Amino acid sequence: MKRPFEYIIEKLVLLSGIASIVFVVLIFAFLLKEGLSLFANESVFAFLFGRNWYPISDPPQFGILPLILGSLLVTFGAIVIAVPLGLAAAIYVAEIAPLWLRDILKSGIELLAAIPSIVLGFIGIVTLAPFLKTIFNLPSGLTALAGSIMLAFMAMPTIVSIIEDSIVSVPKNYKEGSLALGATRWQTIYRVTLPAASSGILAAIMLGIGRVVGETMAVLMITGNAAVMPVSFLQPVRTLTATIAAEMGEAVGGSGHYYALFAIGIVLFVISFIINLLADMFLHRGRGRKRR
Amino acid sequence: MNNIITTDRLDLYYGAFQALINVGLNVEQNKITALIGPSGCGKSTLLRVFNRMNDLIEGVRTTGSVKVGGEEILGPGVDLVSLRKKVGMVFQRPNPFPLTIYENVVYGLRIHGEKDRKVLDQAVEKSLSSVLLFADLKDKLSSNALSLSLEQQQRLCIARLLAVLPEVLLMDEPCSALDPLATMRIEELMLELKKRYTIVIVTHNMQQAARISDECGFMLLGELVEFGPTKRIFTAPKDKRTEDYITGRFG
Ligand SMILES: Nc1ncnc2c1ncn2[C@@H]1O[C@H](COP(=O)(O)OP(=O)(O)O)[C@@H](O)[C@H]1O
Ligand SMILES: [Mg+2]
Repeated sequence: MKRPFEYIIEKLVLLSGIASIVFVVLIFAFLLKEGLSLFANESVFAFLFGRNWYPISDPPQFGILPLILGSLLVTFGAIVIAVPLGLAAAIYVAEIAPLWLRDILKSGIELLAAIPSIVLGFIGIVTLAPFLKTIFNLPSGLTALAGSIMLAFMAMPTIVSIIEDSIVSVPKNYKEGSLALGATRWQTIYRVTLPAASSGILAAIMLGIGRVVGETMAVLMITGNAAVMPVSFLQPVRTLTATIAAEMGEAVGGSGHYYALFAIGIVLFVISFIINLLADMFLHRGRGRKRR
Repeated sequence: MNNIITTDRLDLYYGAFQALINVGLNVEQNKITALIGPSGCGKSTLLRVFNRMNDLIEGVRTTGSVKVGGEEILGPGVDLVSLRKKVGMVFQRPNPFPLTIYENVVYGLRIHGEKDRKVLDQAVEKSLSSVLLFADLKDKLSSNALSLSLEQQQRLCIARLLAVLPEVLLMDEPCSALDPLATMRIEELMLELKKRYTIVIVTHNMQQAARISDECGFMLLGELVEFGPTKRIFTAPKDKRTEDYITGRFG
């Protein structure tokens, strides 16, 4: 006989499990319904590859290519900064730092993850942007580069902790085998440990990208928000997420503009879905190999 | 007699725990020396002194003298890279790297700076031939080493050592993950290898020690109780504790 208390808990857990699935499906259905309405009078091609985002001119133009490229540029920049730094930090924490320092560093990284992105964005505006403006002699420091740097900091905790995990889980006997052959610690890390942890590293990078692509508030504040075709890191850009956040408030319900923002949501959804799928694939490939 | 490893008054501490107590032994060149004794008596620890693998463990302190090829290997100034080239180690669980078979064999050469493809190719053929794997694997050198059977993996790990031209092979229960047939074949391989190398093997399997070793040491609670020719240890042990152990009157 189960006690009633346990019975209730069990059902509640089940219910919340089901609820979360239902919510996801509902959100997705809503997103699809609103977003796809745009394509009644707009071609998918013109939407994805149009070079002009003029949602409130007459006639409006809903080309999101500049936004897609803006997102890509900022994301690419963030990853180029965050991955080498994150990898180095993870190697240091997992393999090199003495025990006491390891714990301090790990809590530091968690603390970084706990800073709300709006706060990071704010700090970026008051410190990073003026700094970039001065050293590159720009009209404004609110640029793609500023966004990339801020996002790199945001993605770092994810990247570091997943890579660190996968390095720590590399079997100790690989390392011993390498050291016993006369390899130095660096040779061992570089030739054995990192290759053995490669699937975790790839997954970390994908999840880092996911974090960066989906980030809104910081980029909204710091990238300068100009929906123009980006050609350089030193110019203002506009990302997909920032567009939705900035314009949803003023888009008239049921208008083309309103539907277009939802369509952007679909694009974002597809992007994050693919990224998560890839990350998952890498993680599982890694596990599968270790079990064999 | 040509001693390649000599220890004298060797003590080893894991923190406050003394794992080796006043160990003195001589390992002769081109012989198989076996270390036997119950689990936890310090066999692996002693073996790992010979290539300084205990250095990896925090809080280990080693005192006394250990000479390899006449040179002292304890102390801070020792070149661990060349020591570990000279004194290779085979582990209990086969531990090929998750790389190709080829890359496993040439790993040691690569880390010691060899880049010439011809030299590497030759080393692969020679080392794999020495462990009798070349005929079987020559067409699948680029497959992942983890796809091999455990016995093949262990042979590959031995080949990986041979590629860097060691003088001594340390083997820590190299057959404990293998089935009896594979064990027998690895033993044959060891008898073959001792013509060119010196082998020190740790085993909990007394029959194995009796079958393949020339010299044998019995360890108990960190002490080397008795050391001598295998035949004598097994037929006329001098110490009561050795006798109890080899006759099976022991925990
Ligand atoms: N890293 C370590 N830290 C502390 N004690 C250890 C460590 N490794 C081994 N020991 C202890 O040293 C003793 C000898 O261990 P080991 O050499 O592995 O024995 P054997 O190989 O004969 O089974 C054991 O009592 C074991 O608990
Ligand atoms: Mg052992």
